[in-house]
Amino acid sequence: MKKQKAFENFIHGIFLILGLITVGCVLLITVYLVVSGIPAIRKIGIRDFLFNAKWASAAKVPSYGILPFILTSVYGTAGAILIGVPIGFLTSVYLAKLAPAKIRTVVSGAVSLLAGIPSVVYGLVGMMVLVPGIRNLFHIPDGASLLAAIIVLAIMILPSIINVSITALEAVPKEYEDASLALGATPVETYFKVSVPAAKSGIAAAVVLGVGRAIGEAMAVMMVSGNAPNLPELFGSVRFLTTAVASEMSYSSGLQRQALFSIALVLFLFIMLTGAALNFFLKRSKEE
Amino acid sequence: MKKILPLILAAALTVSAFAGCSSQQKNGTVSTDGSTSMEEVIGVLGEAFQEKYSGMTFTYNPTGSGSGIQAVKEGRCDIGLSSRSLKEEEKADGLTETVLAYDGIAVIVNPENKLDDLDVETLAKIYTGEITNWSDLGGNDAQIVVIGREAGSGTRDGFESITGTEDACKYRQELTSTGDVITTVSQNPDAIGYASLAAVSDQVKALSVGGISPSEATVKDGSYCIQRPFVLVTKTGTELSDAAQTFFDFVLSDEAAPLISKAGAVPVK
Repeated sequence: MKKQKAFENFIHGIFLILGLITVGCVLLITVYLVVSGIPAIRKIGIRDFLFNAKWASAAKVPSYGILPFILTSVYGTAGAILIGVPIGFLTSVYLAKLAPAKIRTVVSGAVSLLAGIPSVVYGLVGMMVLVPGIRNLFHIPDGASLLAAIIVLAIMILPSIINVSITALEAVPKEYEDASLALGATPVETYFKVSVPAAKSGIAAAVVLGVGRAIGEAMAVMMVSGNAPNLPELFGSVRFLTTAVASEMSYSSGLQRQALFSIALVLFLFIMLTGAALNFFLKRSKEE
Repeated sequence: MKKILPLILAAALTVSAFAGCSSQQKNGTVSTDGSTSMEEVIGVLGEAFQEKYSGMTFTYNPTGSGSGIQAVKEGRCDIGLSSRSLKEEEKADGLTETVLAYDGIAVIVNPENKLDDLDVETLAKIYTGEITNWSDLGGNDAQIVVIGREAGSGTRDGFESITGTEDACKYRQELTSTGDVITTVSQNPDAIGYASLAAVSDQVKALSVGGISPSEATVKDGSYCIQRPFVLVTKTGTELSDAAQTFFDFVLSDEAAPLISKAGAVPVK
């Protein structure tokens, strides 16, 4: 009996340690980012760092203003949401409520496949197909632009939005829909006026998850956005927070490298905020 | 199947044990310090060196040519790395340069582009945004799309310092690898870019500069002007440590030349 209890405790201990590994990693990354991100911000000055629009990190007189990156990340994410959410949301309503079983299997399979494609592949296809396409379609000198990044991001966030929304829509009690149908509403009326409002917190969570995925993506956007540190323009070459870190890290040194860590810290804060928003919506959807 | 696996493992072990014997046992440390542009070349050489002399430790501190030269002078490293020739006063200060390799940078355009030749001044004007249309140069009426590398890249540093356009370039795209530059230029008929000579393929057209087309030969004899030397800097009259001398001889040997070519530079030999 005693032996068994000791064994039991031992296993508990192992599980505790395994659980703490994750916590430890998060703590380690947070502490590291803060410690390595703060010095450059202090040296450059927080106002100059966040609100100066000129980034010239390797120049003789360097300037470390990340306003273009912040705005680009915000616009790019907003654009991706603007395109991705209507498509993703309507797809999920269709799949959860309307689609025949066969179509549903095929489409959900395709969505899962989309989620599994590595981001570098999105970037490559964007670079070979989308960028020249935009160039020819809009008759601009070069297609690598904010628009190209927005389109790539919109496609990349579709799986998260669709999958989470479907789960939310399927969790709506069948009685609600039956009641609506019994009162004479058509199926489509029922889905949009009963099911969707009932699932709205879950759908909001899906959108926030999409935001998180879009804001954190680096590889794919780096290959299609041109990477010049300009203030964002739809057809202009732009650099995101993520790509600012990724593109210069390999050869950076000194204050430039420290400033890259500071950018990562700012990005981290953005992602923490989206994470908090996600938790908020998920909690609300559970309470309902 | 189960029986085969240990056999294969044993065979692999034996082979690797023999491979271990072929590397020469010598102990010591070689420290290098300097040019970030030479990172790739020196990285490849350092690896091969440590493979050949298993007891040797090789270090490389990417600080920039200026700091590297300073470091040798103050004796903080064995060999300094500089991606420019030493100035007269630096030589007078007791430093010696040995050219390890040349770095040729090709100016590339889309194969559809009618242009074949540019001079350095025109190139500088294109990159600083003074000339923005190909028609000004006798090409099609289309805006020039200027492609370059990210800040801190050795190729960018080399190109800008040779054309005298430091901190003045107006890039449409800043890409993070030679491959990306070549792909982008090959996709866009109005693009111009620069890339390490060794990496240029038929996807793009390398322009001649001032009438001289880039090749290993024109880079080596100095007639192609968008190039710079990779230099090993040592103290004049001071003997290198045993380990450092071994490294010095190794990187200048015929054995190292193909490695240098592979890393994108033109070896002296």
